[in-house]
Amino acid sequence: MIFRNDSPRLTPVRITFDFLAVLSQWPLLVKGVAWTLGLTAVSAVVGVALGIACAWARSQGGKGLRVAAGVYVELIRNTPFIVQLFFIFFGLPALGIKLSPEVASVLAMVINLGAYATEIIRAGINATPRGQVEAALSLALTRAQVFMRVMLPPALRKVWPALVSQIIIVMLGSAVCGQISTEELSYAANLIQSRNFRSFEAFTIATAIYLALAVAVRRLLNWLGPRFLF
Amino acid sequence: MVDFTFWDIARNLLLAVRWTIALSLIAFIGGGVVGLVLLVARITKSHAARRFVAAYVQLFQGTPLLMQLFLAYFGIALLGVNTSPWVSAAVALTLYTSAFLAEIWRGCVDAVPKGQWEAAQSLALNFGEQLRYVILPQAARIAIAPTVGFLVQVIKGTALASVIGFVELTKAGAMITNATFRPFLVYGCVALLYFALCFPISLYARRLERTL
Amino acid sequence: MTNPIIEIQGLRKSFGTNEVLKGIDLQVRSGEVIAIIGKSGSGKSTLLRCINGLETFQHGSLAVDGKHLVHDNPAAMRELRQHVGMIFQSFNLFPHLTVGRNVMLAPTLVKKASADETAALARKLLERVGLAEKFDAMPDQLSGGQQQRVAIARALAMQPAVLLCDEITSALDPELVGEVLRVVESLAHDGMTLLMVTHEMNFARKVSDRVIFMHQGRVHEMGDPEQLFGAPQTAELKQFLSSLD
Repeated sequence: MIFRNDSPRLTPVRITFDFLAVLSQWPLLVKGVAWTLGLTAVSAVVGVALGIACAWARSQGGKGLRVAAGVYVELIRNTPFIVQLFFIFFGLPALGIKLSPEVASVLAMVINLGAYATEIIRAGINATPRGQVEAALSLALTRAQVFMRVMLPPALRKVWPALVSQIIIVMLGSAVCGQISTEELSYAANLIQSRNFRSFEAFTIATAIYLALAVAVRRLLNWLGPRFLF
Repeated sequence: MVDFTFWDIARNLLLAVRWTIALSLIAFIGGGVVGLVLLVARITKSHAARRFVAAYVQLFQGTPLLMQLFLAYFGIALLGVNTSPWVSAAVALTLYTSAFLAEIWRGCVDAVPKGQWEAAQSLALNFGEQLRYVILPQAARIAIAPTVGFLVQVIKGTALASVIGFVELTKAGAMITNATFRPFLVYGCVALLYFALCFPISLYARRLERTL
Repeated sequence: MTNPIIEIQGLRKSFGTNEVLKGIDLQVRSGEVIAIIGKSGSGKSTLLRCINGLETFQHGSLAVDGKHLVHDNPAAMRELRQHVGMIFQSFNLFPHLTVGRNVMLAPTLVKKASADETAALARKLLERVGLAEKFDAMPDQLSGGQQQRVAIARALAMQPAVLLCDEITSALDPELVGEVLRVVESLAHDGMTLLMVTHEMNFARKVSDRVIFMHQGRVHEMGDPEQLFGAPQTAELKQFLSSLD
């Protein structure tokens, strides 16, 4: 097989834009935004939980758990999300595990966020002064209680901005899920431009919406964190 | 149906890795040059320049790389220029990299103590001399580890270029999967190849962070 | 005073809503050694930093060698800083350059002297501060007192008319203070115009021609050392001096 990368494309020069043609399809865009936010919300909750669990495994667990968590983290952080997604959606069926596009997307996002969250939370935990842990142990708290009540809350408070940033990164990365027909925002944009050929306008509007979502979700999470988590 | 051996698959994937590496290097070096210009613009006294760079960074950090690739692909075509996926991907990734590097490097410049600026100013150095002889050498030392670390992000970013048709490792994987019907094996190998590229670099960046 | 080297009239400076300098009038003769003392927050360092333009001011005028300060003119500021040097409390040596290169950097770039000339000048100045053998050492290999002496040599390399010393011994271990003060004393004897913000009262008493006591952003008392330390006039100065013992 020979791969070539120089396929030419001839298009007439267009100087008129028609954003209305895209905006008139707003129901599709709204559906896309809903899916994007939905995917992100589920992934954020489960992904951070997974991150907490693996952070515990890496810092407090036995040798086997520590290694397993380490392998998981390094594997995910050193491979592209799109490859992880394709592996789950296209590759797992060969093992008999057939997933719908939506489930595959969530699964990939959770696994992806979990790995990054593990490292972020672990850094926060390591920054907890040793004295606090020793004081808690001296008060006869179990190791699990020490982790959940003494080490985790200040760690989360400290790393919340980094965690929020990572959730935003995963949300922006979810644009790729449209490639396996998950009906999120980039899929909606692709659908619209395939009907009216306004590709530049469609993707510009989608990009602007993503930017607005990124700003809004960041604000929301910064408000949510201190109120409910720590 | 032709039966493909593992070696057939591996060989074709390895050939495609060249394109991944090529695109990564172009984006990284090109992005570095543009990023440096943006960095200097960000720390000048001009309010307009600072606001522009801040908006530029916000734009590239707040939108999906996939969208940036699509916009480059369709946008350049609008200007009547014949775009190949190769050119669009190179342009999009270069700009993407420049935004992130400019922001990383700005953090490194901010990490240089204010007293260094004051000492340099008190010795009557002009702004360019302050940057070149006092501030940037110190910032560069701080910047090496995170910059090397970002190279990993660039390599992973090239995988998205497959969506606009650029044939690098991921696209090769998709094409080979379609030919061999062995997605688990093929995408598994693709993942391992990315890992082989990225993991050593990640380790190196971590080591740099410890020593410097 | 005929042709004072520094002339300050009605200087007022605020940080936001907080007025730190409430109207300073001061004239400094060439060759004069002035010690500025006072509580923290009285505006001493701010006044010093106004003189070389590291801080801007809102009202009043400040002239060095007859030229008024123009903050938004970078060329004028650089011109000013060739005549006014500063030594900082935290030394601020450039960590990535050797001691010799620290001293040589500014003359090479600003005065465009040749490498040989500047190297010779640097060696001479380092010898003057007692550190000739440290020419090729890196700053982090030196003690605090040695670093501060290099900082003095670095400032002198620009051959300034005035040297501003902003609490230059405050960050030093006590046993290292003396070596720095000895260098400053020798500068005073050689006729350098010095403005020092300092807590070293004995040193100020011995070396300075005039002492200024600042309180809440104003020059509260001013006079020669014997008068100020021996017979303080105002209650605030009396209280300040007694609090030091």
